[in-house]
Amino acid sequence: MSVSRFQYERWTPAGLRTVWTAAVVLAALAAAPIVLPATAVEKLTTLWIYVLLAVVWNLLAGFAGLVSVGQQAFFGLSAYLTLRLVEWGLNPWLALVGAAFIAGAIAIPISFYALKLKGGEFAIATWVIAEVVRICVMFDPLVQGDTGNSLIALNAYAPDLRREVTYWLGLAAMAGFLVLTFRVLRSKIGSAAQAVRDDEEAALSVGVSVMQTKRIIFVLAAFGTALAGSIWLASAITFLPRTNFGVQWTVFMLFMVLVGGLRTFEGPILGALIFFVLQETFSSYGVWYLFGLGFIAILFALALPDGLWGLIRRKRGGDLLPMGTLLKQQASGQDA
Amino acid sequence: MLDAIIQGVLLGGYYAILAAGLSLMLGVTRFLNLAHGDLAVLAAYLVIYLVATWHLPIVWAIVLMLPVMGLLGWALQAFLFARTMKGGFLLPLLTTFGLGAVIQNGIYGVFSSDVKSLGNFIGNLAWASWKLPFHISVGKLPVYIFVAAVVVLVSLQLLLSFTKLGRAMRATTIDEEAAELSGIDARRIQRATVAIAMVLAVLAGAALAMRSLVNPYTGPTQLIFAFEAVVIGGIGSLWGTLAGGIVLGIAQSLGAKISPQLFQLFGHIVFLAVLWWRLKGAGSLGLANFLRSLKGGRA
Repeated sequence: MSVSRFQYERWTPAGLRTVWTAAVVLAALAAAPIVLPATAVEKLTTLWIYVLLAVVWNLLAGFAGLVSVGQQAFFGLSAYLTLRLVEWGLNPWLALVGAAFIAGAIAIPISFYALKLKGGEFAIATWVIAEVVRICVMFDPLVQGDTGNSLIALNAYAPDLRREVTYWLGLAAMAGFLVLTFRVLRSKIGSAAQAVRDDEEAALSVGVSVMQTKRIIFVLAAFGTALAGSIWLASAITFLPRTNFGVQWTVFMLFMVLVGGLRTFEGPILGALIFFVLQETFSSYGVWYLFGLGFIAILFALALPDGLWGLIRRKRGGDLLPMGTLLKQQASGQDA
Repeated sequence: MLDAIIQGVLLGGYYAILAAGLSLMLGVTRFLNLAHGDLAVLAAYLVIYLVATWHLPIVWAIVLMLPVMGLLGWALQAFLFARTMKGGFLLPLLTTFGLGAVIQNGIYGVFSSDVKSLGNFIGNLAWASWKLPFHISVGKLPVYIFVAAVVVLVSLQLLLSFTKLGRAMRATTIDEEAAELSGIDARRIQRATVAIAMVLAVLAGAALAMRSLVNPYTGPTQLIFAFEAVVIGGIGSLWGTLAGGIVLGIAQSLGAKISPQLFQLFGHIVFLAVLWWRLKGAGSLGLANFLRSLKGGRA
């Protein structure tokens, strides 16, 4: 028996069709602000932020098994750092992107600490770290405790331009992270992360560098969350420590990922879409809407733990994008 | 300074009641209940409701809530947590987190966002104090809560040491499968444990509502404090929750003495430092192990 009788396939025709469709849709979305009304552009920007948040949290919690309840640390930190950089005289657009990179870099030292913890301890420690970051940020006179601050520097730009650049920034960040996450998941790192999630000791025994794998995923997820935080600041303008560092962001990520489909690539995108629609339709109901979100998340955990995408996948018999490697026996087999 | 330390020690009594339930549940069911603080706050609201609307004496309101919340805990484990436990640690963690959101917003929806307290219903106990030398005054209520914490921990210790249920709980904590092989119905033990944890949450919630104000979103912070007490004291150690609670309480009240914002920060830093110290390879237990290592023995 030799391996050469098998053909490796990493792409399926259906997968390629999905990629081309996605490319066309993204191109259309990039051109959309030209024709869409202002409110639609603003709302879609929010949607890109949701998709970005859901995709990176699924990467972290779903694929790598690192259930963080403290991703708001990076979401809020990036917004705060933007204000700080602008205060020091940087162009606000550069500050938004630069702050996300700095927040992502801050995740590296945090990872050396947090990644040694597991399960519930990791969850709470990340939460406590987010609280520590928030309390420290609130000491900055620029933030003035609970008062917060605003990115008024963006007001120097015409409202239309500001709205459209924020939209493109959001779309680019989302698309970039979709491609990045897809490539990471199909790479050795993706397989390693899932192996570590399922059994750390077994992964270690077959030569997976556990810490490095976790660190790459953790920092990547932090960077994505930080980017989302920057774009949120660009569209909301105001920075309130208790809102931007609020644990409700993690509740939203959890909802989108659980409803869409934990550990699937397509699920979080679907979950973010559903969350966006629910938010638009029911958020005026206030607390009972939030009550419902928690309730639905629990129902999914109970009845449909792999989410709606898990259900769709079973119905249609596969994902839209190939995540693994297909082995096919060669048609021109030399001998039986 | 001494004043702040005394306040901190007494605050630790309250943390111990909340943390003991969390720790017990973590040991037996092996998942962290992220809604533990919210369940305590829910119990506090129900006690306040019984006292304020039905004019029940506080003691009776608490006694009435004990079986109610115990039953709720039993049901939560039977119909919710147990079903999500099959798929590893991820789903129960997410489920309890979702449950927290449900409880917080449910409380808000039913009782509004106003801050509530039992302080108005306990007469002068809310501010009565003993005068000690050196101009130190010690509030009577914190002392009573601390004494209650010790009574609760002693009762739990007796339960764990001398009853059949307690032995089964300890066996399930150490090795669930081996316990089942010895004829223990681990799932029943887990349901009983969550029920006990919820009974403790009623006491913690009532203590919290007597000594301070609560609002629907008080729960998550209380959960963090409880978990910090558990980790500082050493996971799996009953009396460690009291030791951890006291250390946390002292750190917080010393921080608050410098600036109100430092109340939480000092506690968080002590927690992160203890975790760090533990990761440095000092053993699997926190303070409990540290004390043991001082005595010369290892865990």
